[in-house]
Order: sequence, then C-alpha cells, then structure tokens
Amino acid sequence: MSEARQPSDGELHAYADGRVDPDRKAAIELWLAEHPDEAERIEAYRRFGDELRALYDPVLEEPVPSHLMRSAGVARRWWPAAKAAVWLVVGLAIGALAGWQMHDWRTPVPVAIDPAAAMARRAALAHATYSPEVRHPVEVGADQEQHLVTWLSKRLGTKVRAPRLDEAGMSLVGGRLLPGENGPVAQFMYQTPAGRRITLYVRAEARGNRETAFRYSRENNVGVFYWIDRDCGYALASADLTKEELLRIATLVYKQLES
Amino acid sequence: MNEAERMVELIPRLRRYARALVGDRATADDLVQDTLERAWAKLHLYRRGTDLRAWLFTVMHNVHVNRVRATRATETLEEEMPELAQRASQGDALLVRDLERAIARLPAEQRAVLLLVTLEEMSYDAVARTLDIPIGTVMSRLSRAREKLRVIMLGQGTARLKVVK
Repeated sequence: MSEARQPSDGELHAYADGRVDPDRKAAIELWLAEHPDEAERIEAYRRFGDELRALYDPVLEEPVPSHLMRSAGVARRWWPAAKAAVWLVVGLAIGALAGWQMHDWRTPVPVAIDPAAAMARRAALAHATYSPEVRHPVEVGADQEQHLVTWLSKRLGTKVRAPRLDEAGMSLVGGRLLPGENGPVAQFMYQTPAGRRITLYVRAEARGNRETAFRYSRENNVGVFYWIDRDCGYALASADLTKEELLRIATLVYKQLES
Repeated sequence: MNEAERMVELIPRLRRYARALVGDRATADDLVQDTLERAWAKLHLYRRGTDLRAWLFTVMHNVHVNRVRATRATETLEEEMPELAQRASQGDALLVRDLERAIARLPAEQRAVLLLVTLEEMSYDAVARTLDIPIGTVMSRLSRAREKLRVIMLGQGTARLKVVK
C-alpha cells in the first residue's frame, strides 16, 4: 500500500470546485481520507460554493430594471446629467404623452461644448419631462409663491424671481428644484387657461460670465430661447408655442427680470 | 446575435456578481449600469469572437476599482473598525446574513476572485485574464479568501445552510 502523494493547495481548490480529472480525483480522495482535518477544510470550501450560489442565484431570476436594459443598448452621453430627471420620469410612469415626447431623446448627441447651449438642452429636457405631468407638474404650487421663490433663491444661492406673464395670458403653476451641471437649478412653470405650458429654467452663473444675447435652439419638439444676464442663466422652453410666441414671452421675462 | 443583444443577455449575471461584490441592490445596479455604459462606449476595444462575458467582467472590475478608489477613505475606516459582536444565528435567514457579512469582510481583491470562481464558475485561467493578474495570484487569493471565510464562519459557530439541489 503506497502513501498517497500530498496534493498541492491548487489541486485541493480545484477538487473543491469539481475541476480535477477522474484519475487525480481518486488520488486526492485517498489522501483526504488519511487527513480528516484537511478533508473537513476542503469540504467547507466546497460548501461555500453551494451556499454562495444559493444566496445569489435568485438574482438571476429578478426582472432586469428597464434602465439597465437601455444602458446595454443605447449610448446616451447626456445620460449622467439627465439621470435624475429621467429617473423621475421612469418612477412616476407618467404615461403615454411623456413617452411620446421623450422617445426621440435616446439617440446620441454630440457633447455640447458651449455651456449656454448645454443649458438650453437641459432646459428642453426638463420641459419634456415635467410639462406633460397632470398631477405633479411642480413641487411647490403658485398658491405658495412666496415660499417657492424664497426656497429656490436659497438653494441657488442667488435671488430668483418668478416673472408675471399675465400679459401673455400665462399664469404661474409653480416650480421645482432640479439637478444642474454645477449645482441646483430652478424651473418655473406657466400655463394658459387652455393648458399650453412654458417652463423657465434658471441657474446661477459664476460671476464674470459674459452676458449673451437671446439665442434660440430647438431640441426635438421643444423650442428654447436662452440667455445669460448678470448672475443668472435663463432658458425659456415650450413644446406648445410657436417660436414667435415664445420670443414674445422671452422678451417679457427679460424686461421684468431686468427691472 | 449582435453585441447589444448578448450584453442584455448577460445583465442578470452581471447583477448577480455585482450584488455579491458590493452587497446592496442599489449600489450593485449602479455598478452594472456604469459597466454597461462604459462597455458600450469602449465596444470598439472588444475583439469580436472573443469571450464577451469575460470582457464585460473585466470592464466591471475596472469600473469597480475606480469607484472603490474614489471612496477609499471610508473603506479604510471600515477596515479599521473593530468587529462588532454578532448574535448567534438562529436559522437560515440569519445564516444568509452571516454569509453576506462574511463575504463583505473579505478584502475586495480576494472577494472578486472567489466570486468569479464560485458564482460565475470561471476557470482559473479565465479569472486571471479577466482581472489581469497572474494565475499564481488567482490561486493565492482564492486560497486566502476561502480560508478567511472559513475562519469567520467558524467563529460565528453557525449551523450550516441546507442547500436544496
């Protein structure tokens, strides 16, 4: 009767993982039979495998969250910035209208280099996200306008105001705080009695940022006028108004905030 | 089947590994999401015909290492925390928690090797390629991970979880 050769540590692990060929397996088992402490240790290693699989295999059966499915299929470079907004869309499941308004946004776009243009894009995205909302278009309603303005001013670190747009047939619905590129931004929402909506996106600008003229861009079906004035950048967005109507309101906003 | 479809097919496996690697569900799915986005952005680096699964796990490993590096300060703090006294287990539910906790206490690089070998059932060679480490390092990490796990579990004096095949 020959003494069984002592298996290497690697061989013992391979044995625990069921990865040794049958000849060697028999020899290892022979050796383990003579070394009960080692046999117990290797048995524990094997058992950890079973236990780990029992613990984590159920994850394989879980439904895959839809945002992961999209991540695997579509490159969206604006995603990190818009993540919070899109999460809310997903979370609130706001339905067909939002779905329709958003569906074209999932195509890759060149990274915007101009920060003001990037702001316009974010404003358009925020507009597409919240303006279709029926039940929760804003976080704080116009009935608490003073509170809304105080809160947003505090969070943006600069004085913000909700302009009066009655002259254009628009009344304030309310506002909300949104994540922006360099900190919180504010969004005010207005609507006509018929329910046509515009949103005014306001962000604090670093001091010394140059002021800009009105510029217009169109992101899918959302038109945006945007400009930088003193401490704030503004973007007025709407999917419901024509460019001319939007310009008229942008001018109105500009004048009020200027005074 | 194109890469996107195969990536989608592999998501459940990425999630399983991530869950075991980082513990909680939300952080794990964040890791999976970052992995998928990075993989998509770097798809031109993937050589067609090679093992997409191994490549994705490599991407996940790199993403994870970067994320851990970013939170190194807190990790170190946790490593230095004295171990909390733990109740004796009273059943499978607690044992499961014990195993999760024990896994979490392994050094990250050992945990990765153990999980790729046991959950993913990758060959030792494939683990070495995936993590870009020599095979000898794979074996020594596997050995240390299992021994540490055994000592932790022994220390807890738990009854064993019965695995129903």
